[in-house]
Amino acid sequence: MNLTLHVWRQAGPDAPGKMVRYEANDISPDMSFLEMLDVVNERLTAEGETPIAFDHDCREGICGACGLMINGIAHGPEKGTATCQLHMRSFSDGAAIYIEPWRARAFPVIRDLAVDRSSLDRIIQAGGFITAATGGSQDANAILVPKENVDDAMDSAACIGCGACAAACPNASASLFTAAKITHLGLLPQGQPERYRRALSMVGRMDLEGFGSCTLHGECQEACPKEISIDTITRMNRDFLRASVTGGRE
Amino acid sequence: MATGRGFYRSLVGKKIVMGVTGLIWVGFVVGHAAGNLLVFRGPEALNSYSHFLKSTGELLWIVRAVLVVALVLHVIAAVQVTRQSRAARPVGYAKQEHQAATFASRTMRWGGALLLVFIVLHILHFTTGTVRPAGSFSTTDVYANMVTSFRIWWVAFFYVTSMAALGFHLFHGAWSSVRSIGVSPVSADPLKKKVSLGLALFLWLAFTAIPVAIFAGLIG
Ligand code: HEM
Ligand code: FES
Repeated sequence: MNLTLHVWRQAGPDAPGKMVRYEANDISPDMSFLEMLDVVNERLTAEGETPIAFDHDCREGICGACGLMINGIAHGPEKGTATCQLHMRSFSDGAAIYIEPWRARAFPVIRDLAVDRSSLDRIIQAGGFITAATGGSQDANAILVPKENVDDAMDSAACIGCGACAAACPNASASLFTAAKITHLGLLPQGQPERYRRALSMVGRMDLEGFGSCTLHGECQEACPKEISIDTITRMNRDFLRASVTGGRE
Repeated sequence: MATGRGFYRSLVGKKIVMGVTGLIWVGFVVGHAAGNLLVFRGPEALNSYSHFLKSTGELLWIVRAVLVVALVLHVIAAVQVTRQSRAARPVGYAKQEHQAATFASRTMRWGGALLLVFIVLHILHFTTGTVRPAGSFSTTDVYANMVTSFRIWWVAFFYVTSMAALGFHLFHGAWSSVRSIGVSPVSADPLKKKVSLGLALFLWLAFTAIPVAIFAGLIG
């Protein structure tokens, strides 16, 4: 198949950028979106042009490194799919495809389609962990957890930290990302001791990073390659409200 | 710790304030719509209801004070979260396709601004009688005030438009507020808004029926 790409090109963080048109010819419908870009980049390299920079790592939808705004949809038209797992059969021959980087003040462009998502790391550093005692691991069944809690915690833990939620959000809010971690740990016994302090510091960090406010448009849930539910945001706000009343101590 | 100012300094805290104050207004608006529907039972019913409200004295002023404070907080928080959200995306997309956002959710800001204008004019019109589109105003005959005003096409039009804005604002807001506050139960399909659709339809129909019925000459 033959495609026309409109790709955001930007030489560096402070350089001006613009959309540039490329032809992608002889693309197999079985290629992934990133493989299609690889083909274009090979040609650009052969022609002496700078290849298009984009992030990727596992290419199997589990690491969260990839992430492109494709035709105005974070990770493209396929629901519950990261960019690396999107295949060219999702597009029709002759299609025009717009490819842009995640756009947010908290995700500055490094080059072309690659953005700096360390703001998400700093939100995790603010409390997205449990302070576990080291030593031999406990017997698996020593701590009982209700089945619904396990299911909801696991669904939230599926977050790969790609940042599509904030990219898709009309307010550039990272609420779904932060809420997924707060929900994951808040539903498990191990997460209880730090639960309310965690809500305060992670929410505080999210604001400091310059993300926007949640209007509950629901765009994040639709964009999420792991289909994490906006119910997590309800839980985050509940924990934050309670923590604000108790001062983070229980 | 994050009590008091720290709570409000965060965007989540602001949204919780918006949710609570918004819900206070939802409660008022539902009662207001039900009361206003008495216009369909004739002048007696509406005027004696209005007389009853005014006879509650201090209680009436307490309710008014709560509503004014709630509105001021709601609007201040709305302006603040809107400004922070705008600043959060300095460079926009060349192309963006919404997957879940509705007309209602995307017009919360402009619709809210229209509601603010409406609330101010509405009080000057029916409560204080400062703005008199029909020329006359009676402090005792609310029924006559309604009928003379809504016979004027642009008055009826302004009310009908504003009430459409209220319907949209609450179709999204009644649903989002309980989520912002964190009291909504876990749901298999969180984007479904059945209850808020019913609420928004009821309020829109009730508030729109009055100016339309009067303008069409069905009552009065
Ligand atoms: C009858 C009057 C009003 C009622 C009943 C009402 C109700 C609500 C409710 C229930 C919400 C949802 C809050 C949440 O998601 O947590 C909301 C959101 C909102 N309201 Fe109002 N509101 C009213 C007037 C206004 C006015 C006068 C303004 C602005 C000048 C306004 C601006 C907004 C905005 C911008 C939001 C969305 C905030 C966001 O999520 O980004 N509202 N409103
Ligand atoms: S490259 Fe790892 S999720 Fe896409």
